[in-house]
Amino acid sequence: MKRILMYLRGYHKECILAPLFKMLEATFELFVPLVVSAIIDIGIAGQDKGYIFKMCFILILLAIIGLTCSITAQYFAAKAAVGCATGLRHHLFSHIQSLSFSELDTVGTSTLITRMTSDVNQVQNGVNLVLRLFLRSPFIVFGAMIMAFTIDVQAALVFVAAIPILAVIVFGIMLITRPMYKKVQAGLDKILAITRENLVGVRVIRAFNKENEEVRRFKQSNEELNHLQKFVGKISGLMNPLTYVVVNVSIIVLIWIGAIRVDAGTLSTGQVIALYNYMSQILVELIKLANLIISVTKALACANRIDEIFGVQSDMVDGKIDIKKQKESAAITPIIEFKNVSLRYRGGGEEAISDINFKVNKGETVGVIGGTGSGKSSLIGLIPRFYDATKGEVLIDGVNVKEYTQESIRSKVAVVMQKALLFKGTIRDNVKWGKQDATDEEVMKALEISQAKEFVEKKDGVLDAFVDQAGKNLSGGQRQRLTIARAVVGQPDILILDDSSSALDFATDAALRNSIRNMTPSPTLFIVSQRAASMMHADKIIVLDDGMVTGIGTHKELLASCEVYQEIYYSQFKTKEEK
Amino acid sequence: MVSWKVIKKVLGRIKKYWFFLALSIIMAIITVASTLYVPILIGKAIDYIIGVNNVDFENIKSILFTIGVFIGITALSQWIMNICNNKITYHVVRDIRDEAIEKIQQLPLKYIDGHSYGEVVSRVIADVDQFADGLLMGFTQFFIGVMTIIGTLGFMLMINFKITLVVVLVTPVSFFVASFIAKKTYMMFKLQSETRGEQTAFIDEIIGGQKVVKAYNHEETSIHQFDEINEKLQKYSLRAIFFSSLTNPSTRFVNSLVYAGVAVTGAISAIYGGITVGQLSSFLSYANQYTKPFNEISGVVTELQNALACASRVFELIEESPEVPDKPSAKRTIQVDGTVDLDNVFFSYVSDKKLIENFNLHVKKGQKVAIVGPTGCGKTTIINLLMRFYDVDSGKISVSGINIKDMTRNALRSGYGMVLQETWLKSGTIRDNIVMGKPDATDEEVIAAAKAAHSHSFIKRLSNGYNTVIGEDGGGLSQGQKQLLCITRVMLCHPSMLILDEATSSIDTRTEVKIQKAFDKLMEGRTSFIVAHRLSTIQSADIILVMKDGHVIEQGSHKELLAKGGFYKNLYESQFAK
Repeated sequence: MKRILMYLRGYHKECILAPLFKMLEATFELFVPLVVSAIIDIGIAGQDKGYIFKMCFILILLAIIGLTCSITAQYFAAKAAVGCATGLRHHLFSHIQSLSFSELDTVGTSTLITRMTSDVNQVQNGVNLVLRLFLRSPFIVFGAMIMAFTIDVQAALVFVAAIPILAVIVFGIMLITRPMYKKVQAGLDKILAITRENLVGVRVIRAFNKENEEVRRFKQSNEELNHLQKFVGKISGLMNPLTYVVVNVSIIVLIWIGAIRVDAGTLSTGQVIALYNYMSQILVELIKLANLIISVTKALACANRIDEIFGVQSDMVDGKIDIKKQKESAAITPIIEFKNVSLRYRGGGEEAISDINFKVNKGETVGVIGGTGSGKSSLIGLIPRFYDATKGEVLIDGVNVKEYTQESIRSKVAVVMQKALLFKGTIRDNVKWGKQDATDEEVMKALEISQAKEFVEKKDGVLDAFVDQAGKNLSGGQRQRLTIARAVVGQPDILILDDSSSALDFATDAALRNSIRNMTPSPTLFIVSQRAASMMHADKIIVLDDGMVTGIGTHKELLASCEVYQEIYYSQFKTKEEK
Repeated sequence: MVSWKVIKKVLGRIKKYWFFLALSIIMAIITVASTLYVPILIGKAIDYIIGVNNVDFENIKSILFTIGVFIGITALSQWIMNICNNKITYHVVRDIRDEAIEKIQQLPLKYIDGHSYGEVVSRVIADVDQFADGLLMGFTQFFIGVMTIIGTLGFMLMINFKITLVVVLVTPVSFFVASFIAKKTYMMFKLQSETRGEQTAFIDEIIGGQKVVKAYNHEETSIHQFDEINEKLQKYSLRAIFFSSLTNPSTRFVNSLVYAGVAVTGAISAIYGGITVGQLSSFLSYANQYTKPFNEISGVVTELQNALACASRVFELIEESPEVPDKPSAKRTIQVDGTVDLDNVFFSYVSDKKLIENFNLHVKKGQKVAIVGPTGCGKTTIINLLMRFYDVDSGKISVSGINIKDMTRNALRSGYGMVLQETWLKSGTIRDNIVMGKPDATDEEVIAAAKAAHSHSFIKRLSNGYNTVIGEDGGGLSQGQKQLLCITRVMLCHPSMLILDEATSSIDTRTEVKIQKAFDKLMEGRTSFIVAHRLSTIQSADIILVMKDGHVIEQGSHKELLAKGGFYKNLYESQFAK
């Protein structure tokens, strides 16, 4: 709520003018029954045709003024609402860009996307409606009441009694149904989930002949949803009949009182008609108001959800040192050092890695091996500071990574992640992510290193060949090679391959490692893999088991001393040994 | 027109609820008639209020009493109508969704593989929802609107012909104004929704890949790109919203003109005694009501068109041709002896891109068939054919000597145990997921299977053990754990034949070895097909199929293939290359 106001601040003028013009329009609308009453009491009673024409001219004039005011109001309201939503989206997007990996993990991608799209749209609708109608409807309701008072105090008391009753009905029904609508939404989510499961798991469902059971499961949830919807419908369907009854009963009372007052000479017939018209106006506005309140509560709920995202603040404080200005590490200082490092993910129970110690010298090739969930990705995620170590420190060139600016670390350290993710655009666009001003030669060079040159050259347009969203039009292996090209194009000092050649066959994988090793200047290389073959020739292999280091050394050393490594190695090379 | 067909289909589905539809129509007629009668009664009552000491209280009293009765009737019939409309709409929607899910179970895999899940899901959920909204609105507003127009005309004609003429002549203007604006704004809305789509796609892509964005310092650039689209959207949104919001004031303006017209003609006739003051007041209240349904109808028409468009998308799904049904003579159970024969099999996903040509394979009982080849070479295709997820173009596949087209799919598939690289778990408990293939398994059997698959130890540690509820697609479990569960599921079934499609790709090699041992034991004397990249599995296979670019290029035992010195030899040696 506060936040919406903040974004509306730039639209002071519009926010004041829109409701103002709406109220002007409403005011003119309130004059209409008075004019009609004058036509009846003066024009008809006095048989004055000229007067009638004059009054009708006034009616038309009122309509024209109403139209002008209303259009002006709509314009300002639309401008403010759209402007507010645009600002909100911009800040939300920037805010999301500032979140660190930990926050992204906890909030979740799909949540962020719905907040950015449908929630912001709902807020825009809400703001637009509020500016247009929120003042207008109550204004007409109370305005009609006040006008009634100016006609006749006693008759106006009927309004005083009717309006609260109407308010209770409208708000009461809304209060009752709102939690139910939430349940309906949850029911809908449930059948959505089942539908999705059925599509994703179609092979398994058919392999196990579970089709009928799945249909049954769906029908059951669908039936539950159906009952809920009908129940909510029954209650919210009461709104119109009930308000209709209250308004019309009030009209009956009005006419009865009017009759008595006319009989006594305190009211004219035209005035009774005016009172009756005011009551009708109230009914129309109330229906609008009810719809408005529904949209506004929806918009507020969305605004709150957006606010929650703004409330998520990155707890990673950016350092100040620019790593590029740091002196080249002397031969004695290791380029990377882990000192008693532990990492516990937010919301995750046990430590993902515990008490890790190792040093890596410049230009070395380091293998990281271990089973599923042994903490390989967690370990390398600390180097570019995707996550902060919960205990101990990670040093690059002898300085804690927390001291550096994140931007500078990430230009020094390139990570190729397990999930090969590309973006919509050309192949060139995608590779240039790693170095924005890369020339075509540099791009081609990177493609050559990553063993992607051959297939890229076969594509129509070569570097201009189009990559669909997420690289859907490429095979898994092609995508992996492009993500590697993206990483090497910037000639990073430290290159981390996180199980990023899993889709490559062994020959390509070997050629890839070879060409990276031959890069000049040659980067310090981390290879994370489950394949022992990928790292047999590394200077150093770190063996992880259940978050702990169980051995560090060369292939030979480990084969002699490290039990876990032996097990991994022999499980993959057993048959060869047996020969 | 296409939409007539759609309307027909919708009507066909409403037919079941004809009773409620009839009731709804009757109630709508009653509602409209009595709503419209009330202003006349009020006018009559006003006519008895003539002036000082000239009020007929007796008559007023009886008229007001009648009004009260009519108010009661209106309210009641309106509520019943609402309930009927709700009932029809939600039942029709439920029926359509049920139809859709049943169809999904029968669709050929070709359809499901060829459409994104999101698209199909949005047909079943969002489109149906939109359709429900439109249908409900159509019922309540369109119907009532038309009735009100007809009714009002009738009542007005009863009172005075000339004034009615004024109303009839001016009102359509409102309708034209509304449709004129709608047409003009259509383009702007289109632009807006296109830009919005562009923005959503961008958000989806960037936030979906946020970690990569951060790893490559791409935040600034993305914000910049985002802002460009955002500003474009701002421009188009403002136009679309503003122009569409002109509809209401404009029609209200026309309405006011009608009102003024009625006031002037009515007042003049009143002077000449053509109508009474009370009748004039009824007229004015009609003039107010009369244009409203016009606006509503024009709104409802767009809404209905939208609803029909949505409905047609759902119907498209529902009417998609299902898999070739099992032959009536198809065998329901088969005695699996473990032989699998493929004779002269031709198959391709798209007709102009030949894939498998004249493929022959004869697997004897208990043999182990390994399928190897580079990524994307079509190893999964063979599995699609064996499980009959896809049908061969020509040739035949036989299991235990029977053509698989001569047995039910259920019979064929229950002969196999299958574990895929892509794990799939449904929301439910761990146990539910394990017993999928054998719902009547005892706890002992489940635990024994879990122990064999090495999943017991991690399941035990979960908060509720085997009764732990996991969310959609496995929720909090790691990829490796999910795969272990899928393996457990097959371990429990003791299938006669086994298909493993890179089933252990996310499991660390140590555990894999142990699982492999369990599989070996399980598969003793049983036929198995294994897609693998691990050499030890491949070498011990009886038959190795080497695939490349969708074709089976070599076939034989490890020794034979090495001796042949072809692609396989190359592949084998490259694994140990430096």
